[in-house]
Amino acid sequence: MSEENTSSGGEFERERVPDSKLLGAGKFWGMYAGEHAAGTEFMIGPLFLAAGASLQDLILGLLFGNILAVLTWRYLVTPIAIAKRYTLYYQLERIAGGSLVKFYNLINGVLFCFLAGAMVTVSASAVGIPFGIKYAVPESTFAFGAPSFTMLVVIVGLVMAVIAAAGYETVARVANIAAPWMISVFAACGIVSLVQMDVTSFAAISEGKFWEDAIAFVQAEKGTLEFGFWKIVIFAWLCNGAMHFGMADLSIFRFARKPSAGWAPAIGMFLGHYMAWICAALLLAAQIKLSQDLTADPGALAWGALGWTGIICVVIAGWTTANPTIYRAGLAFQGILPKSSRTVMTLVAGAVATLAGAFPNLSAQLLGFVGTYGTVLGPMGAIIFVDFYFMRKFGLSDEYAARTNQQISVAVLLAWLVPVAVGLYLIFQVEIFAAYAVIPCWIASGIIYLVLSKIMQKPLPEEGANS
Amino acid sequence: MNPLVCKIVSLVSLLLTIIPCILFFTGTLGHEAVKTVALIGTVVWFISTPLWMGRDLSPADSEVEI
Repeated sequence: MSEENTSSGGEFERERVPDSKLLGAGKFWGMYAGEHAAGTEFMIGPLFLAAGASLQDLILGLLFGNILAVLTWRYLVTPIAIAKRYTLYYQLERIAGGSLVKFYNLINGVLFCFLAGAMVTVSASAVGIPFGIKYAVPESTFAFGAPSFTMLVVIVGLVMAVIAAAGYETVARVANIAAPWMISVFAACGIVSLVQMDVTSFAAISEGKFWEDAIAFVQAEKGTLEFGFWKIVIFAWLCNGAMHFGMADLSIFRFARKPSAGWAPAIGMFLGHYMAWICAALLLAAQIKLSQDLTADPGALAWGALGWTGIICVVIAGWTTANPTIYRAGLAFQGILPKSSRTVMTLVAGAVATLAGAFPNLSAQLLGFVGTYGTVLGPMGAIIFVDFYFMRKFGLSDEYAARTNQQISVAVLLAWLVPVAVGLYLIFQVEIFAAYAVIPCWIASGIIYLVLSKIMQKPLPEEGANS
Repeated sequence: MNPLVCKIVSLVSLLLTIIPCILFFTGTLGHEAVKTVALIGTVVWFISTPLWMGRDLSPADSEVEI
């Protein structure tokens, strides 16, 4: 990671956060409240309905999955974050070596570009509404949408890239201001959608016929689909797999004064990955009832419910998610080429994101993408976990790369890439649901790292003094 | 402008995005009125809130959360 990025939220990028800079739990609750009601929710929520999830499975599955996610943040991430107080990248560098972290960053950056691309699509779908530019998903993954929509994606992506290149601070302030309003708008979209489906009593809500009718329509159009309870649980749990299993949120919780701060993601999960997802799904259900259209076009969905407020929300939601994503991808690419300009690398990241965003079918596969994202990045979290808890127990050195000035830990490299390769094979060739691969890859990585370290580590001369 | 006044204005504007929907649910308000009031609330929110909401960034602001 570049060491000059003091503007990346980024004090103490290569040192422990001092006690004087620690933050109380309230700060984290505020952070997470706004972080997870975002552009992704406008895409993901409708995709559950489009995939055939039943209302009962959705309500209960999301509840259980989000509880598991919170427990993972609280008991997996927070203890290590508080003990070490390092960023994810610096912690990884001490375990895996600086060059391997650069490679990890490159992969992370590319994945961020695809995520940002989906958000460019989200925002473009809303910008296009007043101009009558429709978002349509072609059959093929790598097919462009209508020329007018593609041009719109290019314009929106360019604007986002230029703003990201200027730094993340201004957009972060906009995001902080917008967060409470966005949460309210999501809820409003859900309520309006219910009324649009003539669901105006709690009895009608609990009967759930409106949802069954929408599912029946989806099944008639797309054939019998299944997105059952456990799939929903796993998805909700592992949607943020890179952040909790993958330990990316070490970078956040390193500022926590107490472990109880680790409960803070609960507010993000239940506002964003519960309420917002369900409300966004209701938007699609209403669209199906009103116009027999099951295109999960975030802009059109929000416009149908709340008019200008809805599309402003979609634009801001997509933009405030894309901006830090493109910014981080730019930093990651700059880390690979340290002499390059952050501005140029951010524009490169923006260009890649824009290209990805121009393929609407790619964005429509966001459910699978987040699982792949967790599968690829999650295993590094296992390596951090094992390094923290087990290395000394097994007579090995923790942070071995830092102690030996290694640039690439072969143990880490193999422990990361082998399970990931198997996971990607299962996802793309065997076509398992991507989120199913996250935990097995995580466990395999941890075990392989421990075994390979036992084989490869040479005892260090000051072993007794290194505590 | 007095920060407390700005906070009250922001709170009211936030309520303007959600309460009309509840009135829509109860059949008291029409859909077009809901959209209009929500838009007014949105505009007022973005005018009033920057006047009092802190400018300090948090450690999470440059991180990516989905």
